[in-house]
Amino acid sequence: MGAIGRFLKNIMTNKAMLLMVLPGAIWFLFFSYLPMFGTIIAFKEYRFSRDGFLASIFNSEWVGFDNFKFLFSTNDAYIITRNTVLYNFVFIVLGLVLSVALAIVLSEIVNKRLAKVYQTGMFLPYFLSWVIVGYFVFSFLSYDKGMLNQILGWFGAEPIQWYSEAKYWPIILTLVSLWKAIGYNSVVYLAAIMGIDKSLYEAAMIDGANKWQQIKAITLPMLKPLMTILTLLAIGRIFYADFGLFYQVPRDSGTLYSVTNVIDTYVYRGLKTTGEIGMTTAAGLYQSVVGFVLVITSNYIVRKYDKDNALF
Amino acid sequence: MSKSNAKPQDFHQLSKGWNIGANLIAGIFAFLCVFPFLFVLIISFTDEKSLATNGYQIIPEQWSLEAYKYVFQTGDALLRSYGVTIFVTVVGTLISLFVIALYSYAVSRKSFRYRNFFSFFAFFTMLFNGGLVPTYIVATQLLGLKDSIWALIWPLAVNAFYIMILRTFYSTSVPDAIIESGKIDGASEFKIFYKLVIPLSLPGLATIGLFSTLGYWNDWFNALLYIDDPDLVPLQSMLMRIETSMQFILQNSQNSSLSMAALQSLPQDTSRMAMVVLATGPIVLAYPFFQRYFIQGLTIGAVKE
Repeated sequence: MGAIGRFLKNIMTNKAMLLMVLPGAIWFLFFSYLPMFGTIIAFKEYRFSRDGFLASIFNSEWVGFDNFKFLFSTNDAYIITRNTVLYNFVFIVLGLVLSVALAIVLSEIVNKRLAKVYQTGMFLPYFLSWVIVGYFVFSFLSYDKGMLNQILGWFGAEPIQWYSEAKYWPIILTLVSLWKAIGYNSVVYLAAIMGIDKSLYEAAMIDGANKWQQIKAITLPMLKPLMTILTLLAIGRIFYADFGLFYQVPRDSGTLYSVTNVIDTYVYRGLKTTGEIGMTTAAGLYQSVVGFVLVITSNYIVRKYDKDNALF
Repeated sequence: MSKSNAKPQDFHQLSKGWNIGANLIAGIFAFLCVFPFLFVLIISFTDEKSLATNGYQIIPEQWSLEAYKYVFQTGDALLRSYGVTIFVTVVGTLISLFVIALYSYAVSRKSFRYRNFFSFFAFFTMLFNGGLVPTYIVATQLLGLKDSIWALIWPLAVNAFYIMILRTFYSTSVPDAIIESGKIDGASEFKIFYKLVIPLSLPGLATIGLFSTLGYWNDWFNALLYIDDPDLVPLQSMLMRIETSMQFILQNSQNSSLSMAALQSLPQDTSRMAMVVLATGPIVLAYPFFQRYFIQGLTIGAVKE
């Protein structure tokens, strides 16, 4: 009685704040927590029922781990995992090196107004959707009209059917991903460089350090915490691919699936085209669980390294 | 330091050669970032015939406004898509700001007894999610969002990451003393929020508003999942549908006298690129002004409580 009374009293004293979180809490309930509960479909033979969402879930038959067994017995699970992890790994490594390098270059440019102009140019890709980027790529790679085949023509080479030649796509996707992300990321690093105490450079100058030594001894060490944190966070997301990049840019071309299919596109196709609800949910759950473990692990490492920058 | 009379801020200036090198690197990369857009713009102004013989060129043999003329003639579908996108962007951003501003304010207040619970309630969704299929089933079967304009609005309305950014912003830019003074004057919590807190946190709210505007304008994924009705197709999604065939825009043109004849003579390639330009235009024109806020937002997000 006392406990319930105290609880009600707490509710009353906090009622304004509780009302404030209410809309958001309801949203999280429907768009985040109910879907979490819905993952039990992965352990069921999903059958759609007219009586609605809950009935569909409860009336479907339990099949234990069969959906997972089936998923991992095909080659798909291996291919999509390999593609997702390898692409993300390459994006993380190259993205880090190039963004930091570009940020340092930008910070050193003497004419600050020009540096701003460059920065504005680099930021543009961040504002465009993957659909638009898909069109951009097409203007270069179209078989009969694309610029790349025209250039190949000048050298007397045969035009290439880009959208059906799988071997080129790991490079194309990497370039496109870097093109879209680097400008944005280098701005983050540039902001950090601007925050470095100028007197450190002054002291280094007096000690006779040249530019290269300054970068090595001051800029890079000062950026190291940010680099570490952003990289570890990206590693935590290594199981999640950018759906737009892998779906829009290759124009959903079937002949390219071996190198463009990632967990996210696989799950989408399972839902919309093949209709394997149970197995597709299993693939999604596999992604969420491994993703969760990776986020927790990388956060644990960030925490050990630098408590202030840990996510939680 | 050869120049002893250099101004103090020049102390670590690059030498001339290195400076040219740095300008070249940054300039070339910046140009590569902008070039594809310019290229598509040029293609859209190319004459269809010279395009058919020469392909996409930086300097076309013959310029033409034909593509834009056709797009505007058969443009009912385009106009409707603009309408859908603008509606979704405006309404979505308002809803999103309203919900996020209230939620993050509440969890930023130390006097709120359940702040830790609700912080975690939001935060946990960044760590674990149900995945696409259950989300789709909840949205279509339980919430009935299939072929509804709300399918383009609700899924993007709340974002735990924005809540974290804004919570940090409140706790750094709104001093407790101001809230206390409001309390002493007898203002209710809601009055304190909109009379005192909102004016102080406008930069933070503007940042989140811009992030969310961009998110809504560029969204095509929710349309891909939930929208089949041609009347509800937003711009980005329309661009996807005409990717392989311009037929979509003709089928949805109310101007039925045009249809077959127009389909024959439609400058397909250039029209498609003209649509890309028209759909991207507002963002490309506005982004240099937004950029400042985005950088501010990134900096806010980087500072932790």
